[in-house]
Amino acid sequence: MKPLKKISQIAIIASSLLLIIAYFVPIWRIDLWAPQYPEGLSMSIWLSKLSGQVDIINGLNHYIGMSQIKEEMFPEFKILPYAVAAIIALGILTGLSKNRRMLIGFLVILMLSGVVAMYDFWSWGYEYGHNLDDSAAIKVPGMAYQPPLIGYKELLNFGAYSIPDIGGWLFVLLGAITISTLIFEIKTNK
Amino acid sequence: MKMKYLKIAASALAIIGMNACKPSADKTSSGSFLAGDAAEKVYVKPGTHDEFYNIVSGGFNGQLSVVGLPSGRMLKIIPVFSQFAESGWGYSEETKPMLNTSHGFVPWDDSHHVALSTTKSEHDGRWAFINGNNTPRIARVSLSTFRTEEIIEIPNSGGNHSSPFITANTEYAVAGTRFSVPPDNNADVPISSFKQNFKGYISFVSIDKVTGRMGIKFQLKTPGVSFDLARAGKGKSADWFFFSTYNTEQANTLLEVNASQKDKDFILAVNWKKAEEYLAKGKGKKEAAKYAHNVYSEETHSATSTILNEVMTLDPKECPDMLYFMPCPKSPHGCDVDPTGQFIVGSGKLAAVIPVFSFDKMLKAIANKTYDGNFDGIPVLKYDAVLHGEVKKPGLGPLHTEFDGQGNAITSFFVSSELVKWNIAKLEVIDRVPTFYSVGHLSIPGGPTAKPYGKYVVAYNKITKDRYLPTGPELAQSAQLYDISGEKMKLLLDFPTVGEPHYAESIPASLIEKNTKKIFKLEENKHPYVAKGEKETKVVRKGNEVHVYMTAIRSHFSPDNIEGIKLGDVVYFHLTNLEQDWDVPHGFAVRGALNAEILVMPGETSTLKWIPTKVGVTPMYCTDFCSALHQEMQGYIRVSPAGSKVPLSWGTGKNPVADAEKKVAKR
Repeated sequence: MKPLKKISQIAIIASSLLLIIAYFVPIWRIDLWAPQYPEGLSMSIWLSKLSGQVDIINGLNHYIGMSQIKEEMFPEFKILPYAVAAIIALGILTGLSKNRRMLIGFLVILMLSGVVAMYDFWSWGYEYGHNLDDSAAIKVPGMAYQPPLIGYKELLNFGAYSIPDIGGWLFVLLGAITISTLIFEIKTNK
Repeated sequence: MKMKYLKIAASALAIIGMNACKPSADKTSSGSFLAGDAAEKVYVKPGTHDEFYNIVSGGFNGQLSVVGLPSGRMLKIIPVFSQFAESGWGYSEETKPMLNTSHGFVPWDDSHHVALSTTKSEHDGRWAFINGNNTPRIARVSLSTFRTEEIIEIPNSGGNHSSPFITANTEYAVAGTRFSVPPDNNADVPISSFKQNFKGYISFVSIDKVTGRMGIKFQLKTPGVSFDLARAGKGKSADWFFFSTYNTEQANTLLEVNASQKDKDFILAVNWKKAEEYLAKGKGKKEAAKYAHNVYSEETHSATSTILNEVMTLDPKECPDMLYFMPCPKSPHGCDVDPTGQFIVGSGKLAAVIPVFSFDKMLKAIANKTYDGNFDGIPVLKYDAVLHGEVKKPGLGPLHTEFDGQGNAITSFFVSSELVKWNIAKLEVIDRVPTFYSVGHLSIPGGPTAKPYGKYVVAYNKITKDRYLPTGPELAQSAQLYDISGEKMKLLLDFPTVGEPHYAESIPASLIEKNTKKIFKLEENKHPYVAKGEKETKVVRKGNEVHVYMTAIRSHFSPDNIEGIKLGDVVYFHLTNLEQDWDVPHGFAVRGALNAEILVMPGETSTLKWIPTKVGVTPMYCTDFCSALHQEMQGYIRVSPAGSKVPLSWGTGKNPVADAEKKVAKR
C-alpha cells in the first residue's frame, strides 16, 4: 500500500487543526420561539459550558416541572475538551504517518465519536424531557418535552429548533474531508 | 287678518332661512386643510413602530407622557413631580425622597416645558428635562429607563415657568422665575415694596456631561419682572440666552390690567459665557437659600435627598455687558431662536405683529451702544436697531414658534385658533390652518434644535369641546397632527392627551430605541435590603420595625406566609424582583395599605411600608399579570395583638404555622 499523498496529508492535518476553533465557539444551539417571545430564546452548548438565556428557559420550564438546566448536569463538559484534543492529535498523527490504515482507523474513530456524542445528547434530552416533577403546575397527560435531536419540534406553545453551531459544523467538515480523502486515496493511489 | 298671518308666516320662514345660513365651523373633512390620504399617513401597522417619540409635558398632572408619532398612541406616563399610585412612585420608600423640597414633601406639581438634551444644538437622545412650575423645580428624566433620575429645587423663585430650556451642549438648564420675589433669606417685606425689594431671579443649573448631575451654578439677580419663556442661542449665538418678560410695569396687583399698560415689554439677552467669566473673577456672592437636591441611583434603586443652604448669585449691577433688554411689543410669551441662531422670534401675545430680532444687529447695537435708555441699570437696545423685521397681520394672539428647517417658522395663535407658517427671511405668511381649538404650544420634531426633522407639527390645544365623545364636564386634551412636508399644512389626526400638555418635543425613535434599558442586572443591585435569591430571604425585627427581605419570581413570593407581626409594628416589605427577562415586572399589594401598591421591575428592589391597622390575617398578592399562574401569586401575613407571643416566622412552600408550633411544643 502506497503512503498517503501530500495533498491528503495536508487536508487531514489542516481540518484536524481547524477543530481548535471549536474551543472558542459553541458546538450546538437550541432556539426556542413562542407567541410571547417573538424575539426568540436561545441556548448555546460549548465544549465545556452553556451560554445564552438558560435562566429564562429554566424559569419557563418550571411550570411543566422540568428540571433546571445547569452545567453540573453535564459531566460531558469535563471530558469533551480532552476528547476533542485526542481527535486533533490523532488527526495530526494520521497525517504525519502517511498510513492509509491509520486513515481508515481515524475515520472509524471519528464516526464512532459522532454516534456516541449524538446518542449521549439524545439520552440527555430524553431524561430532561421525561423526568418531570409530579407537583408541576401544568401537567399535560402523555406529554413529554424532549427537545429534538436535530431539527424542529413543537412543544406546547414553544417551537424548538436544535441545530449544530459553528463548532459542530467543524466536526461535520472534518468527517466529510476524511471520507473524501479516503475515497481519493483509494481511487488514485492503488 | 289673512295678510297678518301671511306676514307672520313669511317672517317665520325668513328666520328659519337665517338659521340655515348661520355660519358653522366644519369640524371634519370638507375643509381643504384635511389631507386626503390622512389615514394612510398616520397608520402604523400592527407590530411596527412609530417614527418619532413625542415627549409631552403633563401640565397639571405633574408628569410626562410618551406618545408615538404619527400614530398619536400614548405609550407611557413617566411620573415626575406627582405621586403615581400605579407604580408606587412617590409612595415607595425608595422614591419618596425624590419629592422632598425645602417645604417638605410636595407630592404634586404643575409640569410645563420639556427640553430634550442636545449636543451642538442637535438632539442626542440622553435626557429629558421638565420644570415644576409651582414649587420651583427642574427634573431630569433618563431616556434609557424612562424614569426620573434627579430633581433640583430652585430657591429665590416664585414659580418656575421660564424653564428648563437648555444651552447648545446641555451645559445648563435655566430657571427664570415667573413671579419676582424678595430674596428667600429676607422675604418678610410689604408686597407694595415690589420695586425696591423684588428681584427676577434667573438660575443657571449646570448639567454634568457624563452623569447629567445637576447643580445651581449661579443665579442672576435681575430687575423685578416676570420671566415667561426662554431659548438658548445656537451656532454664533450659542453663548447667549434669551428670556421673554412681562409685567415690566412692575405691578404687584391686578396684573391683567396693570401688566398690560406698556406698549412694549422686553426680551432679556443674557451672555452666559460672560457670566461664567464674572464668576471666575470672583464677582459671585454666596447667599443663604434653602433648597432640595434629590438624586435617584440606578444601583441602589433608591433616592437620596440633600438640603443645600447656599446659592451663588451674580448682581448685574456689578457685571456690565452681561445683560441687555430688547424691547418687544406687548407682553411677549414665546421667545424662540431659529435653527441658525441668527433670528429670535418674540411673540407678543397681545400684539398685532410678530417681531423678529437679528442676532447680528443685536451685537452691532451693543457695540455701538445704540441704547434707548436703561431699565434698572440694564441697557435697553433700540427696537429698530435690533429688529430684523415684523411679520404683519399674522393672526391674533401669537404664542409659540417652531421651525421646519426649510427657512420657515410655524407660529401658534391662541385667539384666532390657528397655525401660521411664514418665511423667516422674507417675513411673509405662506399658509395658515385652523386648530380645534385655541392652540397653545406646538411641536415640530427637532423644531427647537439646529436640526429640525420637519415632516409634522403637533398643535397642543387648550380647548377640546366637541372633538371627542363627551366625558362629562372634564374632557381629554386635544392634540392635532399636521403634515408640513408640502407647501400647505394638512391636518392628519386628532389624538387625546392626558393632563394638560404645555410644551412637547419630538425626537426620531432611532436616537432612543436602541438605548432602551430592558432589565436591571441582579448582580449589580446594591440596595441595602436586596435578596438576590430565595436563600437570602428573611424577616428581621428591630424593635417595632420589621424588615421583610422578600423576592418575587414567576409565580410566588418568598416568603409568602409571615407570622409574628404585631399591632404597632411598622413593616417594610423590601421586594426584589428576581426575574432577568424583559417585560416581567411583579406588583405587590397588601390589603388596606394606606399608601399604594408597588411595581417592581426585573432586578429591582422596592420597598412598601405597611402599618397594620387590624388584628388578623391580611392577604397580599401580585398586581401585575406575570404568568399563567399569576392569580396564584398570593400569600398571607398574620397580625397579632400588641404584646402577643406569636414568634416571628416565615416561609414559602411549607407551613410556618405548624413548623413554629412544633418548635414551641418541643421546648
